[in-house]
Amino acid sequence: MIIAEQKPLEEIREMLGDAKKVMVLGCGACVTICFAGGSKEVGILSSQLRIAAKKDGKELEVIEDTIERQCENEFFESVKDKMKEADVVLSIACGVGVQTIAELFPDIIVLPGLNTTSFGRPKEPGVFAEYCGGCGDCILDLTGGICPIARCSKSLLNGPCGGSENGMCEVDPKTIQCAWHLIFEKLEKMGRLDQIEKINPPKDWSNSMSGGVRNIVREDLLEVKLES
Amino acid sequence: MAERADLMSTVPDPDPLMEKEPVPGFEPLIVTIACHYCSYAAADLAGSMRLQYPPNIRIIRTPCTGKVDVLYILKAFEEGADGVYVAGCEEGGCHFDIGNLYAKQRIYYAKKLIQQVGLEPERVEMFNIAASAGPRFAEVAALMTERVKRLGPSPINIKRI
Amino acid sequence: MKSNSNLEKVFASGQLAVTGELGPPKGTNIKVIEEKAKHLKGMVDAVNLTDNQTAIVRLSSIASAKILLDIGLEPVMQMVCRDRNRLAMQSDLFGAVALGVRNMLCLSGDHQVFGNHPQAKNVYDIDSVQMINMVKTMRDDGKLLSGDEIDGEFKMFIGAAENPFGDPFASRVPRLAKKIAAGVDFIQTQCIYDMERFKKWMEGARARGLHEKCFIMAGVTPLKSVGMANYMNNKVSGISIPEDIIKRMKGVPKEQQAEEGIKIMVEQIDELRKVEGIKGIHLMAIEWEHRVPELVERAGLLPRPKFD
Ligand code: SF4
Ligand code: SF4
Repeated sequence: MIIAEQKPLEEIREMLGDAKKVMVLGCGACVTICFAGGSKEVGILSSQLRIAAKKDGKELEVIEDTIERQCENEFFESVKDKMKEADVVLSIACGVGVQTIAELFPDIIVLPGLNTTSFGRPKEPGVFAEYCGGCGDCILDLTGGICPIARCSKSLLNGPCGGSENGMCEVDPKTIQCAWHLIFEKLEKMGRLDQIEKINPPKDWSNSMSGGVRNIVREDLLEVKLES
Repeated sequence: MAERADLMSTVPDPDPLMEKEPVPGFEPLIVTIACHYCSYAAADLAGSMRLQYPPNIRIIRTPCTGKVDVLYILKAFEEGADGVYVAGCEEGGCHFDIGNLYAKQRIYYAKKLIQQVGLEPERVEMFNIAASAGPRFAEVAALMTERVKRLGPSPINIKRI
Repeated sequence: MKSNSNLEKVFASGQLAVTGELGPPKGTNIKVIEEKAKHLKGMVDAVNLTDNQTAIVRLSSIASAKILLDIGLEPVMQMVCRDRNRLAMQSDLFGAVALGVRNMLCLSGDHQVFGNHPQAKNVYDIDSVQMINMVKTMRDDGKLLSGDEIDGEFKMFIGAAENPFGDPFASRVPRLAKKIAAGVDFIQTQCIYDMERFKKWMEGARARGLHEKCFIMAGVTPLKSVGMANYMNNKVSGISIPEDIIKRMKGVPKEQQAEEGIKIMVEQIDELRKVEGIKGIHLMAIEWEHRVPELVERAGLLPRPKFD
């Protein structure tokens, strides 16, 4: 899933400027799971915005809604009229949701309420960890199912570097586990330590963002249009 | 004046807030969220013991403080509360084991949320009151009232002085 | 000869090699390099030039290497994976070789969060093991990573760092083996204080004959004070200083701590050169370049060999 977190409230309020009627729009998918942009967070953020506006003596109406997924066209049907009534739509979906609104509703001002950070999963209650960097050329088969691209702070393919200490990464020994420590232990357990001595060759980054924008086209799924 | 209701709470000891003077003529509106099994029972007991406690508090009963969501707290402030406190069972004595511990974490989160919008974090606290502690319920109500009197009206309803 | 560098010749002659280290200035003041170099001349066989060490912007290691060459000192140009992609690395390597650089050290590089531009986007296109292999291919096959032919000669003595004190310990010998397989010629270790762990690592290396497949240089850094010892122990990841060394430093008055640190270093060097498979000493006298003549003298590392 996509992991995101809310922008600082101050930044959001600054973006909203003098808007009098704001719609806070949540998304029921990934960002609900990571407690950043679901209906609960719509409620909390809207309430905060109202309290802050009252405190500053500003006029502000906040409408709240959440749709199933903001990254797909069809889910906007039920809210599009409400969206048009607002001065701005504050989307607390991931960056994809925000852009979907921008694309579908060119006349609506849409603002991002979240910072989208990574692909990951809820590792334990309250902990949302990064797991994949979307490199476009998965090598998990070589690394015991642990991604060194996303989970090693230096994306090393032949780690661990010298900064690995007690299983933790030098970049933040409190919160970042050293991916290569994990890989080593995993391969050891699997009896595949020979793998650790194989030199992983330089990665072909052309499948990643480095190769330019990645759009996938599946011919078999394209919309069939009748010729009139 | 009420003494610090000690034992378990999120109120610091010593409490710098109590060094201030109360805002003259201000009667705060305080929302108390009490759990069914302990604090609400303590409130009942305080009533049947005919203990005096300030009329400033409005009690809402929840099955467990673990049910308390930060949104409830924000809503209370949005609607004009000057203070909110959650009263649960004593730590270790929660009817649902750890509901009150979850509540406590959320109280700290709620403090952050209200601080972001310019309200003092001291307006939200958590207390732990056993079902048998009628007097402590009255004490906590008095303490929270005294504290909020020192904070003054919530900045969103200054007019209520 | 792979490079004809002085360092390579020292190793080839079977003598104990000694390298030093020089941190380029945080600016254009090349006097800093000249001043530091003055103390190192004749005292070491080659000098490492750090590449934006600890992710702090400094005069580039290539330019510094050239300045050193002009003074008549042999550089070991460090290159980190953090700041360059494979294009920039190879092009900078052309430049370095063209300017006369013949030794290099391939490093991952400290993460930028530790430096003065923590907001930077890092590169890490290839890692240090892949860099070693790339440089070896450039040298031995005359080819770029892409397979394109290199126009001109490309000579380089390829070094890398290794940290026997990083975790997991069991991964450290395999990693050395990996660097050797990638084509490394010499290894400089992280500074050694924990002699026991270092010897264990060397034992593992010898058991696999790795000490004969590359030249291993033991890294040493004299401690200047208890403060420095504590700092390195607690703040620098991958370095641990045993309690008895810290105790020894604490046991003498402040003014004598530097002297005690030197004594410890001399003892360490004596011990290290007896370890089978150690072919050199890498002396990292951080901001203490002016004391290097005294340090190498007292450690019995003089005179340094000369070749025509
Ligand atoms: S190797 Fe690439 S695709 Fe596979 S998990 Fe890592 S970043 Fe994702
Ligand atoms: S310590 Fe581990 S995770 Fe961190 S950069 Fe080094 S190898 Fe990667």
